[in-house]
Amino acid sequence: MTIKLRHNRVELALHELGDASSGPTLLLLHGLGERTPKRVPAAYVAWPGRVFGLDLTGHGDSSIPRGGGYTCEILMGDVDAALAHLGAATLLGRGLGAYLALLAAGARPKLVHGAILSDGPGLAGGSARPGTPIIPMPDPGALAPPDPFALIELASDVRPPDYASSFARQATQLSELERPISICTLERPDWLRALLEEPGVQECEVADALAYYARPARRRGG
Amino acid sequence: MTEPSVSYRGARRPARSRRVDSHGVSIAVYEWGAADAPPLLLVHGGFDFAGTFDVFAPLLADAGWRVISWDHRGHGDSDQTALYSWQADLRDALAVMDSVGREPMPIVAHSKGGGVCMQLTEARPHRVSRFVNLDGMPSRWPHPDVADHERTKLRDSELGGWLDWRRRAGELSRKPGTLDELAARRGRMNPRLSREWLRYLVTIGARHDADGWRWKIDPSMRFGGFGPWRPDWSLERMRGFPVPLLGILGLIEEEMGWGTTPDSIRPFLPRDARLIGFEDSGHFVHIEHPQRVADLTLEFLEAAA
Repeated sequence: MTIKLRHNRVELALHELGDASSGPTLLLLHGLGERTPKRVPAAYVAWPGRVFGLDLTGHGDSSIPRGGGYTCEILMGDVDAALAHLGAATLLGRGLGAYLALLAAGARPKLVHGAILSDGPGLAGGSARPGTPIIPMPDPGALAPPDPFALIELASDVRPPDYASSFARQATQLSELERPISICTLERPDWLRALLEEPGVQECEVADALAYYARPARRRGG
Repeated sequence: MTEPSVSYRGARRPARSRRVDSHGVSIAVYEWGAADAPPLLLVHGGFDFAGTFDVFAPLLADAGWRVISWDHRGHGDSDQTALYSWQADLRDALAVMDSVGREPMPIVAHSKGGGVCMQLTEARPHRVSRFVNLDGMPSRWPHPDVADHERTKLRDSELGGWLDWRRRAGELSRKPGTLDELAARRGRMNPRLSREWLRYLVTIGARHDADGWRWKIDPSMRFGGFGPWRPDWSLERMRGFPVPLLGILGLIEEEMGWGTTPDSIRPFLPRDARLIGFEDSGHFVHIEHPQRVADLTLEFLEAAA
């Protein structure tokens, strides 16, 4: 089943993937240029609750805005639109979706019940610092979706390590979880490597992270 | 072009207006001066619109320039879009430039327009001949010295507040009011500008609906914001700025200004750059001192030619 949500002028497609009608909510965030899969990927079927996937702006069944202007902060707003509908959820992001899961975990520490960062397209983004200035110009004839503006703008955005760390720190200090961020990637761009120094960040397999966040929140020290 | 119902001494509406398509976004473009005069791009800052140049632009036009300006996306009469970013503004600026010609042309840009167009110049040095930056030079942000737990709380309300506002952004509309009420509201952002000027701006930057005047700017835009941008990045690149540069700073700090001081910026300037600080001006140097800024601009453009 697909639910249409609104984020400013964009219509977002939120797909319900699993059969469960109760239990904790898992929200899948696809990578750059991808879309929500048709069914729950085999690696995640052990999740004991409901599973949803969000098509980000310009991707899948969500609408494509005119003239680009993508930023990860705005796409974090897409994730928040889904959280407004779903309530608290565990986020499992691939690539770009992993970075968005981190941002959302830092900005909505009470709503994000753990962010699982996994490999996928768009994990690195541009670089830790800006390089020579460019004006990204997509091929106007490119097939869409995905929006060619998203592909070029979100592959060249700057992701400073200390900026990423600040979101992990917010999540760690304000979440009810001891370890609200799980790093399950082989690829380790600078922003992601910096997270490893934060106390609330754990390195593990996706299956372990899913098992950890599927349990009800335990109060710190409890 | 309809004449505004409120006049202001020295203000002159553009001689021509047209639309430019920037990748599906319709941009409102305005021109002052002879159509066959050499072109000059004049660029407004955040939350402004081309009509804020109605006094300044004619001074350049009357000195022999074809002055081209535009309302940035989401501002004035240009399209409102779902997404706004620095990169999108760069692309829109280039679309306007492409609509003017292939020869390099001078850019005169205020505030955020200065920052965007300096980056455009770095990315397309062959399209720009010289650059006048009106109080839009980057500055290091002061980092308030607060305890860690305080910083966490501040950041939490900043981030959560921003997302709360995004949740409502699609339903927002600008509040209607009388011409004087809109002028007074803008006066809070432009405390140094005269009431007569602000009233005049309402007649261009706002539209008259049945229930009152409303600023045209996209209600889903918000002043401030956050992101990974650091002023240091553009500061470090400035030494290699590829075309002659004149910077004019308004030294009286105010709401919309960036607090850039000559001492903070000078170490980063190219050696032949000119920097002038106006002790008696706030951020809107070209509105507070149109003739002085025009004279300096014209002199600089001639000297560098």
